[in-house]
Amino acid sequence: MSERPNVLVQGGRASFRSLRLDAGTVTPVVAAIVLATYAALRMRWDWLGDYYPLLIRGLGMTVLLVVVTSSLGMLLAIPVGLVQVVGPRWLALPARAFCTVIRGTPLLLQLWLLYYGLGSLFPQFPWIRDSALWPILRQAWPYAFLGLTMSYAAYEGEVFRGAFKGVPKGQLDAARAYGMSGFLMFRRIWLPQAFRRAMPTLAGETILQLKATPLVATITVIDVYSVAAQVRQQTYLTYEPLLLISAIYIVLAVVITKIFVRLSGKSRDNTAFRKS
Amino acid sequence: MEMLHADGIRKSFGNLEVLCGVSLTANKGDVISLIGGSGSGKSTFLRCLNCLEHPTGGEIRVNGEAIAFKPDGHGNREPESKAQMRRIRARLAMVFQGFNLWSHMTLIENVIEAPVHVLGVERRQAVDEGLRLLQRVGLYDKRDAYPAFLSGGQQQRGAIARALAVQPLAMLFDEPTSALDPELVGEVLRVIRELAEEGRTMILVTHEMSFARDVSSQVLFLHGGRVEEAGAPAEVFGNPRSERLARFLGSFN
Ligand SMILES: Nc1ncnc2c1ncn2[C@@H]1O[C@H](COP(=O)(O)OP(=O)(O)OP(=O)(O)O)[C@@H](O)[C@H]1O
Ligand SMILES: [Mg+2]
Repeated sequence: MSERPNVLVQGGRASFRSLRLDAGTVTPVVAAIVLATYAALRMRWDWLGDYYPLLIRGLGMTVLLVVVTSSLGMLLAIPVGLVQVVGPRWLALPARAFCTVIRGTPLLLQLWLLYYGLGSLFPQFPWIRDSALWPILRQAWPYAFLGLTMSYAAYEGEVFRGAFKGVPKGQLDAARAYGMSGFLMFRRIWLPQAFRRAMPTLAGETILQLKATPLVATITVIDVYSVAAQVRQQTYLTYEPLLLISAIYIVLAVVITKIFVRLSGKSRDNTAFRKS
Repeated sequence: MEMLHADGIRKSFGNLEVLCGVSLTANKGDVISLIGGSGSGKSTFLRCLNCLEHPTGGEIRVNGEAIAFKPDGHGNREPESKAQMRRIRARLAMVFQGFNLWSHMTLIENVIEAPVHVLGVERRQAVDEGLRLLQRVGLYDKRDAYPAFLSGGQQQRGAIARALAVQPLAMLFDEPTSALDPELVGEVLRVIRELAEEGRTMILVTHEMSFARDVSSQVLFLHGGRVEEAGAPAEVFGNPRSERLARFLGSFN
């Protein structure tokens, strides 16, 4: 007698649960729908027709900035981190100093020093003015790429320093005991393990890198943020362009997260963290 | 036939003299057990044999080939030829107390790593041989598992398979069961015993006294960086000459 209703209750509860979404998912979705409805009905979007080519170009620059500076920055960060762990003093000290200086000063300042400082220093050397590179060095974007790359390298250099240091000594002992050369050990054991340790942090840091890109607008590079600023100035619309690029940044951040999940997915079963 | 010979190995860390002349000769098929208290230098000696630590003094000969040393400029010595040292070292397979399987590789990847990347064995062949070895230590089913998903005993048996994969001239065991839960010790000792019985040359640091007594052809008792007593297991365990060894053995009963 008492079993049947029980089963019914349980079945009912189970199907109810499968329909129910938890508050963590619902709140942002509802907020987004409300906002989108409001934006569509009460805001002006007619400017999009005129500005979308510029927006696409700006978006391209933003994406390029993140992808290129994060990749180059990471390539630089690995040796910067490594020499601080195993390098001779004459390499470790400059690497240490590089990280401290870059991490200790505002990125805005670095961009300005590069662009206005280097940019005004270069023309004073005839051999630079006359070189084939001058048409490039005259523009702003090389300094933006350089500044953001150095910034990423400094922060991630620090991450990699910790990651290299964190690989248990026994792992490297085993590599040497089985006859690996220093380079082979680095390539096969040390770097892959350090990478897996660094990965979760790198995902977050790359999103921070994305959010640092609007600073390049201050040195006249046209990224997606600077296009929005231009729209504001020319159309006197305040919120519409800002809302649009906010949405763009959110989408880019989600894409970055997905990429890193995919990258570390291969090592999902990895263990470095479970026992050690 | 002599496989491994160490003569008067000395090792200092700064001012601390850890080994003061330890010698040993392992002929093919010998199982030499090193016993002794904590800090007596057993691990250090074992690590000198494959140059994980560079011995301050003494000579090492593996399969008739002497490892050449030169001053390293800091008052110690280092191998004259890194290539020679690596070639020899790769064939002195080491099994660690903490297993040290590479955590980012599956079991079979661990086993074929040194054959493929150090010894230049063809990958297919290394995999075939590796699977055979995993079968042998009873881990064929676990070939694609990562180390963290294996018990300590399974990890250590996997580490033994990794050691066998380089076709070692001699195997160096550093307390292979000390990090294991008591119920897992047996499965590892069983594998080591089989290796001893099939005539592998082994140097074994251990605290498993009855096991050492069973499988060894020779036992060395280290104390303070010296061989205090050496001989056949029946002698060393049955009739300790020094007071220290008697006290050491007494602590296990
Ligand atoms: N890298 C090192 N630097 C400085 N001292 C060391 C180093 N390695 C070992 N020692 C010292 O050398 C001595 C012998 O150590 P070793 O590990 O060889 O002893 P053991 O016989 O293996 O002991 P246990 O049974 O505890 O493993 C110890 O006093 C230890 O502190
Ligand atoms: Mg030890």
